[in-house]
Amino acid sequence: MRDPIGTIRSGATALGLRRAAEDNGDLPADGLLIVDVSGISGRVSAWDAVKLARDLKRPHALDLIERVFDRFQELHGDRSFRDDPAVVGGIAHLDGHPVVVVGQQKGGSTEENIQRNFGMPHPEGYRKAIRLYRLAERFHLPLVTLIDTPGAYPGPEAEERGQAEAIAKSIETLTRLRTPVVAVVLGEGGSGGALALGVADVVLALENAIYSVISPEGCAAILWRSGTEAERAAKALKLAGPDLLALGIVDGLVPEPRGGAQNDHDATARSVKAAVVAQLDRLSPVPVTELLAGRYERFRRIGVFVEPETAPAAPRRTWWKRVLGR
Amino acid sequence: MPFGRRKELPSHLWTQCPDCGEMLFNKQLARNMNVCPKCEHHFKIGARERIEMLVDKGSFEERDPLLAPGDPLGFTDTKGYPQRIEAARAKSGEQEAVITGSARIGGTPVELGVMDFEFIGGSMGSVVGEKLVRAAERALAERNPLVIVSASGGARMQEGTLALMQMAKVVAATARLGDAGIPYVSVLTDPTTGGVLASYGSLGDLVLAEPKALIGFSGARVTDQTIGERLPAGFQRAEFVRDHGFVDQVVPRSQLRDRIAFFVSALRPTAGEVRWSL
Repeated sequence: MRDPIGTIRSGATALGLRRAAEDNGDLPADGLLIVDVSGISGRVSAWDAVKLARDLKRPHALDLIERVFDRFQELHGDRSFRDDPAVVGGIAHLDGHPVVVVGQQKGGSTEENIQRNFGMPHPEGYRKAIRLYRLAERFHLPLVTLIDTPGAYPGPEAEERGQAEAIAKSIETLTRLRTPVVAVVLGEGGSGGALALGVADVVLALENAIYSVISPEGCAAILWRSGTEAERAAKALKLAGPDLLALGIVDGLVPEPRGGAQNDHDATARSVKAAVVAQLDRLSPVPVTELLAGRYERFRRIGVFVEPETAPAAPRRTWWKRVLGR
Repeated sequence: MPFGRRKELPSHLWTQCPDCGEMLFNKQLARNMNVCPKCEHHFKIGARERIEMLVDKGSFEERDPLLAPGDPLGFTDTKGYPQRIEAARAKSGEQEAVITGSARIGGTPVELGVMDFEFIGGSMGSVVGEKLVRAAERALAERNPLVIVSASGGARMQEGTLALMQMAKVVAATARLGDAGIPYVSVLTDPTTGGVLASYGSLGDLVLAEPKALIGFSGARVTDQTIGERLPAGFQRAEFVRDHGFVDQVVPRSQLRDRIAFFVSALRPTAGEVRWSL
């Protein structure tokens, strides 16, 4: 990258360069995880990734929970307002050991999607998530989060009940949660509503998942002032798996079966299980203070900026402004 | 950007108040901290002006003024991202959407971050995140209270998911202050929406807001489109957000400095004369 006035200091480094492997420790522990962008061949276009990530037939949180975990017992409610069907969670066994799992739940049909509010949580959904995070912490159970949402619900009831505060608190709780956390982006990682489940020691994404600051449609509407430019916006936002890996947003991609996860839920679940188990094996012996320091650093170094040593020259003013002293 | 102080201040001599329609002399308006003397409409103000208003005279020392954004995505919409940055610099006179530094407020040393809505809608990218984290880390090291004054449309789209991650990055740093017993005061000004509100904006030990400031998770446009005219009166305004329990106080601009001074001195971890200490 051209850098005329200073040194680029960035954890993510420039696009196309994966975060240094040594930063990651021994991440590819299961041997199946994609951790190197150069190893990806024949990647789909950004827009195809958007379509795959949103595919109705794609395995959603409960489809995977059922296949990845055993003895899942769903726990309901935020203990304050109601149970949000867009967020599911509970206690389950993973490879024979108890864990807490929390995920966003989309529907596989229109009917189910209406019931699940299309996977868009209300504040009480995030407060349920926080309650379950705390449960994991109190009983020293690892936490696994499954991200799949177009975004937090933007309606007036959600505003009245503090959508922003709920998301902020959820993020804050995860930054200091004293137990190992592994997050997996299953399909759509829609902005702050996704990040509320996404602050983890290791963040993984399925190969065709997307993760974005704004939906391509929303971005197109604001920057191009046209909803039909979503395809271009998707490309510009660098929201697909390989981009996320290159930018250091995710630590590894979980391979999907040929053609995409929608073609084989069982095989997808096997991939997810292998990846999560391997990461928890790696994280569980780490003392909690080191774990928290590592989690802090993981997010601390994300960002790309230039830090010049000296002030840039003042912009040249036109002669009449100099004469007039304005 | 849909709104900005330049639009509200079209003329060199006078300005029409967008709320009550009163014609106000700019000098008179400036003397009144850019608050309409008739209806108390709070005009948007820039970060420098805000800092001058809040800190003890001459106590502000700016930090990291030169930190500048990269173009990690090579983002281009109708304009390239570097051109947008240039335009924002020319328009606002600032290098980025937040100014950070050390100062005193009512005698109490604080670390301060003030956002400028004029710079790409006060949007949060890598530089905003980094400067605020450094401010929070200084606050932790010096055991000084942290004060952040927000004015932002949210995360900066042109930096994609990197901008989104700044939410987690800043929150991780402010959360450490909480653990260390160092106060963090968040001040929300018009407008504070999206990713800034959904992260550090909402997480102050105290959350203060200016009167009638737009404060919400979704931009008004989003909610307008979804439900149209069914929006309740005063929806997403500071008073509405306070009444729903997410803001501690709505504080008029003229009282803001004294109020912050009171809170930081009351919560200050190393208060001089402590009678009831635990």
